[in-house]
Amino acid sequence: MSEALEAQQKTNPQGDPITSVAAPKSDGKKDPHADAKRQKIVTPEYMFHEAPRTKEFITGSEAAKEAIRRSNVDLAVAYPITPQSETMQLVGVLYGEGYVKEYYRGEEEVGVMAAIAGGSRSGVRCFTATAGPGTLRGMEGIASWPGHRLPAVAMFTCRVVNAPLAIQPDNIEVAYLLNCGMIVFHAENQQDMFDFIMAGFAISEKNDVTLPVGVCCDGFFVTHARGYVRMQDRGIKLPPREAWRGAVPVLDAENPPARLSRDAPVQKSNFMAYNIHAVWQQEVWAAVERSRKYISKYMGGMLTAENVEGADAVIIASGSACAQSREAVRLCKEKGLNVGLIKVRSLRPFPTQELRQLCGKVKLIVVPEFNYVGWLAKEVATAIYGYSKAKIIGGPRVYGGQSMPVELIVDEVESGLTGKKSTNVALSSIMGGAVNPDEVAHFMRSI
Amino acid sequence: MPDPGQGLFYGLLEPNEEKVIEEMARKMLTSPNATIFPGPLLLWAWNDHAVEKAKATLEIAAQIPQVMIIPMPDYRPKYPKIDPEEVINPNHPNLTIWGNKIEACIFIGVHCHYANLTLKMIRAGTNCCTMAICAEQGHEDAMLTIRDSDTVKIKRVAQIFKKVREEMGIKLPDNGENVRFTGTQSKVHGGKTHTNPTTFAPSPGGTGSAAMFGHSPENMKREG
Repeated sequence: MSEALEAQQKTNPQGDPITSVAAPKSDGKKDPHADAKRQKIVTPEYMFHEAPRTKEFITGSEAAKEAIRRSNVDLAVAYPITPQSETMQLVGVLYGEGYVKEYYRGEEEVGVMAAIAGGSRSGVRCFTATAGPGTLRGMEGIASWPGHRLPAVAMFTCRVVNAPLAIQPDNIEVAYLLNCGMIVFHAENQQDMFDFIMAGFAISEKNDVTLPVGVCCDGFFVTHARGYVRMQDRGIKLPPREAWRGAVPVLDAENPPARLSRDAPVQKSNFMAYNIHAVWQQEVWAAVERSRKYISKYMGGMLTAENVEGADAVIIASGSACAQSREAVRLCKEKGLNVGLIKVRSLRPFPTQELRQLCGKVKLIVVPEFNYVGWLAKEVATAIYGYSKAKIIGGPRVYGGQSMPVELIVDEVESGLTGKKSTNVALSSIMGGAVNPDEVAHFMRSI
Repeated sequence: MPDPGQGLFYGLLEPNEEKVIEEMARKMLTSPNATIFPGPLLLWAWNDHAVEKAKATLEIAAQIPQVMIIPMPDYRPKYPKIDPEEVINPNHPNLTIWGNKIEACIFIGVHCHYANLTLKMIRAGTNCCTMAICAEQGHEDAMLTIRDSDTVKIKRVAQIFKKVREEMGIKLPDNGENVRFTGTQSKVHGGKTHTNPTTFAPSPGGTGSAAMFGHSPENMKREG
């Protein structure tokens, strides 16, 4: 994206940035759908790589709304849950303006995810969003989408899921999404949220992919905070879904080959070969693998690397932890430490080969996370095992709504490089070739 | 997966898809009980394009002596029991391969997800050489595959099959009846053992379809 393509940001008389995301004023006579009807279809290649963009200062929910405006969405189903409620409310505004063809509020998340399944199966482009307990309530449906090969985009504005009840940011729910066969992206900021949702539709509907895409972000940090987002003109949109060329036939309630409402579904296992479910799972994960080339094409890759070449240590992060890590890199530089940053954008598929290549000579890897269990640290350690002798510090971790002071990350980099014992990360979360197993065993016996 | 113009040749990318098509022809012309499995995208007259592709597929069949054509008309599990001579099904394709002792087969017109399931299961459980003529991006689980197969390309495949057959000195029957009926198909057609595939050329009206290969509406009703 060249700077030449960016128009100047608009401001109000007080100098505050103003945005174009609000509904245009109507005189009561104008067709409320007039602007939507005038939208022009452009190719995904033009939309993502060539279309001029204008920079605006908007929230993550507004960024999601603007992505949906340009994504030619047929069906959006909402059920409110903090911090996602505003997102789907704004998508409802788009319905009023004619940008989304159908929109309603589901009974609860089980019903919402089932409705998305039905909509996608019938051949239309679907979007929903949820968060935390809503994600887990809808999980049975969500986990069945990949097996049914249902393209759709779902946004997960991550928050605490476990008791005691809280609405604070915490991305533990990503751990549940990673193994259900869907494609999972993790947005750092409002710009990612905008870009990943739109690219998600294009990737999701590729014939050799035909899978749902989950776009995760850390709730509140992204959804409710404002950031600069470079957006294409609202007068253009992606092409409609071409369901006829999907990897599975669309649902026709009465006619073969997918007369599912009357015919026994695959659950009639006594009439199937024993290994149908095995090959079915293989095929879902093969489709996840096949999405890699489209992620490269439309998103520029599964990760970004900043200052990694020749760095003494590398911080690997996803989501909001990237922003904190970037600042930690700057503070480390002031202290004379040469530290790089790898931002993982796609969690499924996971950039295994890329990490093996980037981390081959690194001595120290620090993985800060906004959850207790450290799902990203485990993914990183698994990916580079045998390809790097780096010491991997699985932390610092904050959870339950805590913020992450960048000094915590800097401390881990410093202690990791100097051999000083960490004060914030348990020895059991330190992995890799440079770890003394006796020390870890002693720690585990002592806790 | 192959790029446009390429094919997959026993697990390796082959820059020249014609080489892949020639190998398909050799396998189909020399393997016992070679079979074409047409899928719903050809068997149901969705539109004129589907009809044209079905006709072009019959042109391929017309070049292979003793070839069988067993349809995959839908993707539902067949119960109470599959008749492996009547249909192939993605939930138990190995039964059709075993039941007919098929050692080479071509899938064409099957939706990609179900083609992949079928190809994986056949590959895992049989010694059949699997081939896929795909309208999209090809199939990594087929031993031989080509991609972007529209009517023009399918007709070209038929021409290449003809060329290879003639090079190998393999003759077609004088009466043009080179397609061998399965037992079930033979019963439907009054005990005839062979047929001329071009006489089955479908029309938009649907006179040629899965039903012509023994898969009638009554059969489907019986299946529930």
